[in-house]
Amino acid sequence: MSELIFERNSRSDVTRLPALTTDEKTLLSKLPAAVLRKSTPALPTVSELDVVRHFTNLSRKNFNVDSNFYPLGSCTMKYNPKVLDTIASMTPYAHSHPYQDESECQGALKVLFETQRFLSEVAGMDEFTLQPAAGAHGELTGLLIAHAYHRAKGRTKTKVLIPDSAHGTNPATAALCGYEVVTVKTDANGHVDLADLRSKLDAGVAAFMMTNPSTLGLFEEDILEIAKAVHAVQGLVYYDGANMNALLGICRPGDMGFDIVHINLHKTFAVPHGSGGPGSGPVGVKKELIPFLPSPRIMKDGDKYRLEDAAQSIGKLRTFYGNFGAIIRSYAYIKALGREGLREVSEHAILNANYLLAKLKDTFDVPYSHRCMHEFVMSARRQKKRGVRALDIAKRLLDYGIHAPTVYFPLIVEEAMMVEPTETESKETLDEFVRVLLEIDKEITENPQKVLDAPHTMPVSRIDEVRAAREPNLRWKKKSPPKAVESNDPVHTR
Amino acid sequence: MRYISNTDNDRKEMLEAIGVRSFEELIEKIPASLQNFQLDIPAGLSEPELMHDLGATGRMNKHAADHASYLGGGVYDHYVPTVVSHLAHRGEFITSYTPYQGEASQGTLQAVYEYQTMICELTGMEFSNASMYDGASSLAEAALLAIRATGKRRIVLPATLHPEYKAVVRTYLSCLDAEIVEAPAVDWALDGKKLAALVTSETAAVVLQQPNFFGVIEDARAVSDAAKKAGALFIACVNPVSLGLLEPPGEYGADIAVGEGQPLGNPVSFGGPHFGFFTVNEELLRKIPGRIAGMTVDKAGRRSFVLTLQAREQHIRREKATSNICTNHSLCALKSAIYLSLLGPEGLRRLALLNLQNAHETHDRLLAVKGVRALTTRPFFNEFAIEIDKDPVKLKESLLKNRVLGPLALRRFFPEMKNAYLVAVTENRTKDHLERLVEAVERA
Amino acid sequence: MDTSKLRYTQTHEWVSLEGKIAKIGITDHAQKEISDVVFIELPKQGRAVKAKDSAMIIESVKAAFDIYAPVSGTIVETNEALKKKPELVNQSPLGEGWLFKIEVADPKEVEALLTLAQYDSVKDAAH
Repeated sequence: MSELIFERNSRSDVTRLPALTTDEKTLLSKLPAAVLRKSTPALPTVSELDVVRHFTNLSRKNFNVDSNFYPLGSCTMKYNPKVLDTIASMTPYAHSHPYQDESECQGALKVLFETQRFLSEVAGMDEFTLQPAAGAHGELTGLLIAHAYHRAKGRTKTKVLIPDSAHGTNPATAALCGYEVVTVKTDANGHVDLADLRSKLDAGVAAFMMTNPSTLGLFEEDILEIAKAVHAVQGLVYYDGANMNALLGICRPGDMGFDIVHINLHKTFAVPHGSGGPGSGPVGVKKELIPFLPSPRIMKDGDKYRLEDAAQSIGKLRTFYGNFGAIIRSYAYIKALGREGLREVSEHAILNANYLLAKLKDTFDVPYSHRCMHEFVMSARRQKKRGVRALDIAKRLLDYGIHAPTVYFPLIVEEAMMVEPTETESKETLDEFVRVLLEIDKEITENPQKVLDAPHTMPVSRIDEVRAAREPNLRWKKKSPPKAVESNDPVHTR
Repeated sequence: MRYISNTDNDRKEMLEAIGVRSFEELIEKIPASLQNFQLDIPAGLSEPELMHDLGATGRMNKHAADHASYLGGGVYDHYVPTVVSHLAHRGEFITSYTPYQGEASQGTLQAVYEYQTMICELTGMEFSNASMYDGASSLAEAALLAIRATGKRRIVLPATLHPEYKAVVRTYLSCLDAEIVEAPAVDWALDGKKLAALVTSETAAVVLQQPNFFGVIEDARAVSDAAKKAGALFIACVNPVSLGLLEPPGEYGADIAVGEGQPLGNPVSFGGPHFGFFTVNEELLRKIPGRIAGMTVDKAGRRSFVLTLQAREQHIRREKATSNICTNHSLCALKSAIYLSLLGPEGLRRLALLNLQNAHETHDRLLAVKGVRALTTRPFFNEFAIEIDKDPVKLKESLLKNRVLGPLALRRFFPEMKNAYLVAVTENRTKDHLERLVEAVERA
Repeated sequence: MDTSKLRYTQTHEWVSLEGKIAKIGITDHAQKEISDVVFIELPKQGRAVKAKDSAMIIESVKAAFDIYAPVSGTIVETNEALKKKPELVNQSPLGEGWLFKIEVADPKEVEALLTLAQYDSVKDAAH
């Protein structure tokens, strides 16, 4: 059974810290007795060896890109170059403080400024803010900018339009900005229904949030028309950059007419996912929106970098300047790839996805086109008729050492499986994936229970999520009172 | 450097299998006008070239590894044990994905569960989420939660709150029907009487930063009482290392406790990534933003961990979600769990005592220097505000000459405070650092 | 419970009227759609609701569902048992799994809702 670190007991070495040179009593006398802590937090009491074993063994239970193929649609699980981790840990970067005077941190400011410029180039925008810590944070920033812009223009805007295929963060963000959400339909070909969009556009629309390619992996060919229609009612077009991996060096959201974009550095620009974070979600804007950017902006005068607040800034979304440790990874990544390397990323992302689509379309339903960009959506509808669902296929893939594609998203496709191989995978890995899926499909006919009971080789199988939600157990609690702390500690009187 | 795995031959075979003659056919639907541009980005670099380039840029930076850093203001130069990065940077943690597929992520999920437990123990609160972006945005989310939970509009912020935290709360609330009022300070701490007058029955929450931005330890119970009296929620924003010695928010009546987790095992890294911790008691559990890991069993009865209470989250509730947050700062939270595991309760206490010791020693030495005076005599933990009556340019020159970074000039936030400085002193400051600091100030 | 005497809504709530008090729950069809109920957020007693307002929320593992007030009135009672045993909604949606009671402003509003036959055709049409 999996042991919690609290269930282990060995010697916790306090000599890992320097000794005190003043006695405790004197020190504590500097604080009023009333503010002193009387309880002892039940933190683990273990040796360094036990800590190392515990977390090392935990890590080995995880699927991860370094070990497994992860064709998770919309996540861009590409290889995370190790040199980027080394660069982010370099002493001058890891040990600099955001409140150092400008003259004392020109290196860090240069990294931020040049990253802003690189992203502006790649996305076709005029300036970027690197403050947002994640994609959803970027969306909030972008909509707040839109809100401030419209308010400055004296416009009454109450609505945001969002496609029905959109990621959940989009409507959640709009609500946070006080906007009403209106959904725009996707047509039978998997594109934004232009007629439906037009019917919903009026003077009250602040923005249309969308992505291109769409969440179905299809390029929105009408994008120029869409942008024009939204601009005609003085709305802004917002680009959700989750699918940027399809466009590098091929085309740019700024050129399509987008006014605001966010980019996910932990997707397109190789920042590792870190088991859930941290990422980074920089936001790019066109010229007219620059005054509203979060503060401070990073500027350059001659060869000196400096900070300056935006003229009508929306304020701040977080402390300091952004997730520097993530940003510098993307900066180095872009420098390593260069102009041609960036284009190659998207070419191979698109090539790999189309190859998989061609190989899988006879076994799985593909509700839309048989050409895609960097990802595609297939349906396990046919398999469901034989008694096995997308979820079960996802679990069975784990037994083959392959992480499942994204399942049940987008909501408009039944038994959806969204596949995004990324550009860093080889044809051999893709062929293996196809072979495994075909094998599982055969198994659905010949031995469906094997799939329904999967996974068989993981530490756990078919977790009881109902119980987890009905009887939430969200932290460990010590059963008996804590042992008295063994030190000459006048605060602990019992 | 490229990182592509396909060979030229692979590319050829794949195009054939797809049924096209060239790659361009795959993007022919993209309007030609959109493809007509050149990226103004230099050619790519090899790995050694990249390292040299980033190394050169790094040399344009001063940093705390070869300077003595007295900078604080929300993030601090604590010592990060080697084991922390060694474990957290394992590929199995750093390149794994969000643990949506529970069976493939038991390592992450158990680590998150353990992190949640440790944060609850530290803060004395009942439940914690899996972490958020940083202390400031966690505070803003707490304000949003308070407004939603109470149906009231007013948030009372202390004047002694970190200026950037104030800005973030204002930005988050800027589009909503909400009101922010600032409770004034007297002698660098909250004025209790004036606070009570501002906390009305229309107040959703009162916020306290402990210790406050100026390092002063506030009267938390007075704030708690004022909130309770008016039926408002009490949000405490606390320094986690201080909780090794100071009473935790769960014991002085906080309804929500948040804060910046960076001091727990995360490098300063020019301001990020760090993480915000977010804790509540039972009454607010169903309204908590962000991800949460829970313990349950699998179909064979084995102990298992899983993301739970997801019905609140953006990917399900969409516009009715408790927040729009998607990521947590998992790796940063993991570092704090490893760090706290290495310290244990005794280590945490020793750590806090060392901070207290070093800060008070530095304080006393500085006050003995001509031209330096304390701005307040109120109690402090590891950060304090002083006035140094010396020409700022000469002072800075003298400090840099002794390889000292900081202290933080408060005029950065409050232009009228021309000679006020915030001095942060952690367990990572040595006797040698102290001598260099004192000498630099004396000499200026 | 005599299901033929109940009235229903398009959003799968049932209503049982006794005098001025309407007892409300969700149909068997709805509980099947929701699948395992994990949490119930009951409405506040004394709250005034208009017909079609979202009165409360039922959560499953994967989703959260709004439950709508079928008629206008005031919430006078809620089924507190659901706090400890949310699964009652699945086990006995028309019985022990009832949700809340409204003191109706206008009893005629209840009559105007769907009959069992009308609801049956509505719910089948939705598939």
